Amino acid sequence: MFLSMEHLNKTYSGGKVAVDDFNLEIEKGEFVCFIGTSGSGKTTTMRMINRMLQQTSGTIKLNGKDISDMDPVQLRRKIGYVIQNIGLMPHMTIRQNITIVPKLLKWSQAKMDQRAEEMIKLVELPTEFLDRYPSELSGGQQQRIGVVRALAADQDLILMDEPYGALDPITRESLQDLIKDLQTRLGKTVVFVTHDMDEALTLATKIVVMDGGKIMQVATPDEILRHPANEFVENLIGKDRLIQARPSITTVGQVMLKNVASITPDKLLREALKMMHDRRVDSLLVTDQGGNLKGYLDIEDIDYNFKTATSVGDVMHNDVFYVKSDSLIRDTVERILKRGFKNVPVVDAQHKLVGIVTRAALVDIVYDALWGEPDKTDEREDATAQGGDAK
Amino acid sequence: MMHFLSVYGLQLVGKTWQHLYISAISLGLGVIVAVPLGVLLTRAKKIANVVVSIASMLQTIPALALLAFMIPIFGIGATPAIVALFIYSLLPILRNTYLGMNDVDPSLKDAAKGMGMTNWQSIIKVEVPLAGPVIMAGIRLSATYVIAWAALASYIGAGGLGDFIFNGLNLYRTDLILGGSIPVILLALIVDWLLGKLEVALTPRTTHE
Repeated sequence: MFLSMEHLNKTYSGGKVAVDDFNLEIEKGEFVCFIGTSGSGKTTTMRMINRMLQQTSGTIKLNGKDISDMDPVQLRRKIGYVIQNIGLMPHMTIRQNITIVPKLLKWSQAKMDQRAEEMIKLVELPTEFLDRYPSELSGGQQQRIGVVRALAADQDLILMDEPYGALDPITRESLQDLIKDLQTRLGKTVVFVTHDMDEALTLATKIVVMDGGKIMQVATPDEILRHPANEFVENLIGKDRLIQARPSITTVGQVMLKNVASITPDKLLREALKMMHDRRVDSLLVTDQGGNLKGYLDIEDIDYNFKTATSVGDVMHNDVFYVKSDSLIRDTVERILKRGFKNVPVVDAQHKLVGIVTRAALVDIVYDALWGEPDKTDEREDATAQGGDAK
Repeated sequence: MMHFLSVYGLQLVGKTWQHLYISAISLGLGVIVAVPLGVLLTRAKKIANVVVSIASMLQTIPALALLAFMIPIFGIGATPAIVALFIYSLLPILRNTYLGMNDVDPSLKDAAKGMGMTNWQSIIKVEVPLAGPVIMAGIRLSATYVIAWAALASYIGAGGLGDFIFNGLNLYRTDLILGGSIPVILLALIVDWLLGKLEVALTPRTTHE
């Protein structure tokens, strides 16, 4: 385990408990967001990791070593630190700011110059900026420098305390993209404190929801949207977001109709026609004996070929468009709508036909996302809506 | 005026030098003691108020009385004058150093510590440079006080331009009083101007133009 926190407790001298029995394990390469209202203990917890604060009890281990046994100054030089107010030194050039930690670690000037150039390219700013002072850069540019300053000495762990809280929404978004990209590309581990749920959902691989110094829930963004642990988490996420998030967490399997009209290729066209008539549909999906999707059959195909062909296999179409049952609605809805399909077969991982998505089901999703609570009474188990040609 | 200069010119140069010498040593000692003390106080905030209060109290002792107090301890001459003026120079420097250091943006101090600077590195690389202009303002204020009050030092035999003034007072000679006062004023103005230049030079750059 890269970073583990066990039974952390922080009680201030007045008796106020800021952090209460905090337990968390963080793997290398994770992007962990601490989220909560102010006073939830999220910043306090983060600041204990680089010993800016000393816990009252409990242990924090970095790479298996108890950080209380390390020299705090040496420890902090190994951990990147980005704060809300950016904290660039106004009397130092951008170059000097970027190389503050390398300089503390006594790197050679040549190595520092080289690193400063690498770093400024990493955040897509011109190298001329290296000789400017922070006041000559915009807020967003300054925080870009703040971010790479925390990377310049090859720190593996980066702590970020509401780093984008003071930036406008557009700048914030571009910086979120930046840190996410850098984090995945460079394999850094990030602990990111925020009170903005959108930010946490966008960035995190693991979200830690805190309230009153206690952990409310630790989960992936999807998991938190799907199963908020309690009312507090639900409120923090917000009803709107829970509903809007539905397309991005609902899988095709959850909305598909399961009772599909299907037929095997060896059946006679007569039987197919009868089946269409009984089910009141104008097309059938074709599967082999094992239930694997093979193609589809239209009423027109039967009409044109009734005289010359006998079995379904002779006239069916093999080029069928399908989706996987575990893919997200968010990713499939556009494809389905764009291609103008009225319905699309759904297969599982073994290519077995398991259901069908109709345009009606997609309407429900869009409706829910826009107007809230879904209507649970719709007949999703019924396949009678399966109609029209499958193209 | 030409007459005054032809008679007292050489003496004037000597007294000005003495005056400058007493003031410079007092101020120098004041800077050496008060700046580090002010820096230390920011790391011991509990005693900071006590120390600043004591320095303020010393400031309220009438200048002439303080000079007189020095005679039993240091006798007469330049030494007691330098000690007394040194005490006077402490407060403005001490207070400005303390306030200037405290006024440095807390998030910068937080960033410095969080990146792994030791206490000492944070002071030298971040806090003192940023508090520089405020500290210099305190030194300039002290310099003006010390030069003005050094005139009183002649009362305890320290010499300096005060000799002209006291002689003039004793002999009812306006030309001697003016001949002592005007150089004191000029000296104070020139030193303040020079320190102002130094302050600009020491103010850290924040733009590259």
